[in-house]
Amino acid sequence: MTALASKATNEKAQPAHIRAEAARLAAVDGQNYADRVKVYPASVNGPIRRVKSALLIACLAFYYLVPWVRWHRGSGLPDQAILLDIAGRRAYLFGIVIWPQQIYLLTGALILAAVGLFLVTSLFGRVWCGYFCPQTVWTDLFMWIERMIEGDANHRRRRDAQPWGIDKLWRKTTKHALWLLVAFSTGGAWILYYVDAPSLVHEFLHGEAEVATYFFIGLFTATTYLLAGWAREQVCTFMCPWPRFQSAMFDDQTLAVSYRSWRGESRGRHKAGDSWNGRGDCVDCYRCVAVCPTGIDIRDGIQLECIGCGLCVDACNNVMKKVGRPKNLIFWDTATRLAAATKGEMLTYRLFRPRTLMYATLVSVVLIILGTATLIRTRVDLSIERDRTPNYVTLSNGAIRNGYTVRIENRTMNPARYEVRVGGLKGETLRIGTEGPNLEWLDVQPNQVATFRMFVQAPRDILQAATTPIHFELIDSEHSRRVEGTTVFEGPETRDHPRIN
Amino acid sequence: MPTKIEKDAVSGQDTTGHEWDGIKELNTPLPRWWLYTFYACILFAVVWSALYPSIPGIHGYFHGILHYSQRQELDKEVRAAAAEHADIRQRIASSSLDQVAADPEMSEYAVAGGKAIFANNCAVCHGAAGSGRPNFPVLADDKWLWGGKRADIYQTIQHGIRSLDDPTTRMSQMPRFGADKILNEQQIADVAAHVRTLARLDPPSDASKRGNAIFSEQCAVCHGQNGQGNRQFGAPSLTDGIWLYAGTKDAIEQQVTLPKQGVMPAWSKRLDDVEIKMVSLYVHGLGGGE
Repeated sequence: MTALASKATNEKAQPAHIRAEAARLAAVDGQNYADRVKVYPASVNGPIRRVKSALLIACLAFYYLVPWVRWHRGSGLPDQAILLDIAGRRAYLFGIVIWPQQIYLLTGALILAAVGLFLVTSLFGRVWCGYFCPQTVWTDLFMWIERMIEGDANHRRRRDAQPWGIDKLWRKTTKHALWLLVAFSTGGAWILYYVDAPSLVHEFLHGEAEVATYFFIGLFTATTYLLAGWAREQVCTFMCPWPRFQSAMFDDQTLAVSYRSWRGESRGRHKAGDSWNGRGDCVDCYRCVAVCPTGIDIRDGIQLECIGCGLCVDACNNVMKKVGRPKNLIFWDTATRLAAATKGEMLTYRLFRPRTLMYATLVSVVLIILGTATLIRTRVDLSIERDRTPNYVTLSNGAIRNGYTVRIENRTMNPARYEVRVGGLKGETLRIGTEGPNLEWLDVQPNQVATFRMFVQAPRDILQAATTPIHFELIDSEHSRRVEGTTVFEGPETRDHPRIN
Repeated sequence: MPTKIEKDAVSGQDTTGHEWDGIKELNTPLPRWWLYTFYACILFAVVWSALYPSIPGIHGYFHGILHYSQRQELDKEVRAAAAEHADIRQRIASSSLDQVAADPEMSEYAVAGGKAIFANNCAVCHGAAGSGRPNFPVLADDKWLWGGKRADIYQTIQHGIRSLDDPTTRMSQMPRFGADKILNEQQIADVAAHVRTLARLDPPSDASKRGNAIFSEQCAVCHGQNGQGNRQFGAPSLTDGIWLYAGTKDAIEQQVTLPKQGVMPAWSKRLDDVEIKMVSLYVHGLGGGE
């Protein structure tokens, strides 16, 4: 009788998600796919919410402020600390400048990011998803705006069910206007990573920026608005590949937000004064479900949809405090510890496991390789192209001359001056430049490529064969750098018309 | 059209009213998105045909409301490009060759343009990058028949050599010593022997000593007493290792008997002054410029 009564009460007070699930199942009937059931996450207070908010502010501040950090490189060079200059084909990262030829450094950085994510996931589960992923950060921000304008979950749900009126209209309009504003500033800030921030903002405000700039700002405004405002948890569940393959990093020792069923079950409603004997701590209040941004029930165990944000931990702890039970019925835990706890054993969390050690080793190896590659990257590059037409030129004094086009890439931020030497021939003369006097030095501006014509002339007698390997040597004595490039010197195949002296 | 649309009992779909041997055809219309896309395409075609040249006629065609023409577009682009170049071309036109060479911006523009002009007009005889072809001089070496200064090259290109349609062309004629019976075969053989000793290809011999006397009398006027050549007449030096028409004894005898008279067209008829300046600088920079 009591059980029946309580069941009846339960049905009456059926929480929204049950009703929603029933609606979803009804909608699926006879169709190939289910409609989305809109999630109305409730607000929650607690330490984890505070940490999440702090990280949210930190992430946003990082995103918006980084393009404004300045870094002096010298006159005529961009002074933005982080700048991906696609048009100019350079990536500037503080003191490091990456040329297109060094794109492998970007590959290394991406590998490092991937392996780093593996390591963090195997240690702490989906902290990336729950706290740092842009989708999470912006969705959280958009939900905060929504809550400011439309109130908490119950108000929003009720208003959505109502017909359109003045109240609904102005609240929705304000909300979407604010969302678009945030989306626009997000899209706008993204562009600032690719062009000089202060000048772009000036051009943009004066309507002088390039069409591409307006297009990309529009594009990123639209994607931010749609993904954070409308798509939300669907991005994580259906679009993002990461939840799909993270199971490869997960094992029984990985921390994940977990419901400690050994403590919670059997669950049920609890009235003040009732005994806690013979039942679990879970009072079936559905607060954990109400606050979940992806609309799942954490008590169903580990799920693809769970982004590991831990807001249900705060929600549950608030309730546990109220009913006078110990905290952390829902908390970060591992499958092994949960299984052991069911048998009454308490295991300590193992930070050092073969998997985590392997990932840590991988991270270190990639980090060392990337660091070394960055440190020993080419500062000056020399490429020599020998003239094919004419292959060689016979001069009136009988000497043989070859022409070369020499390209010097000065990848440093300082002007460089090189002295040139030719090695491998005897008695050769070098002429640099086609017009004007012979150049004594080669001057290359910082961050530039310079091309020079060079003519090497050698007496015919010293050529032992048609092809003589030679090399050019560039010496920058000011920065004590030396670069060498090899090429050949071509002469006649046979000694036709040998001359007598 | 059947007056009454019958519904199929099994599928609940409309039928077309057609019936063959008791089998009725279901009416399955085209998907609506497909149909509207199709209508949109028709509409697009109508609008397009009205705006752009579309309908051919016997003496022309319908030009469209916008009067669009690809030839006009090209013309516009060409004129826009020319306008972009107008400034620097004007500067080159009003500067001397040496001034152009000394100015990095003008010089870079001139050499780059000269390269293209050379490839289109000159390379067919002089070879790519002035590498020369049989019977046409190499322009990359340091031997010049008529002079290798910028102004010399400029004049050669502008007025040509033996280009009879230009009154100020560079003109000279090697006499036809054999064909006009000025020298006999033996004398020509002796001169050839002497020329080869001048070029240090053969040691002196009796024949070359005989040839030396004939050379002083007949050839030295243009080629110089020691065969050093004279640019005033475009007479090549005979002492170096570079031969326009080969340095074998046979080839030299041939050239003395019935000389080849190379012709270079006067380019002022084909290229404008700025273009000639540009190509002069390019040729000067091939390696042999003086």
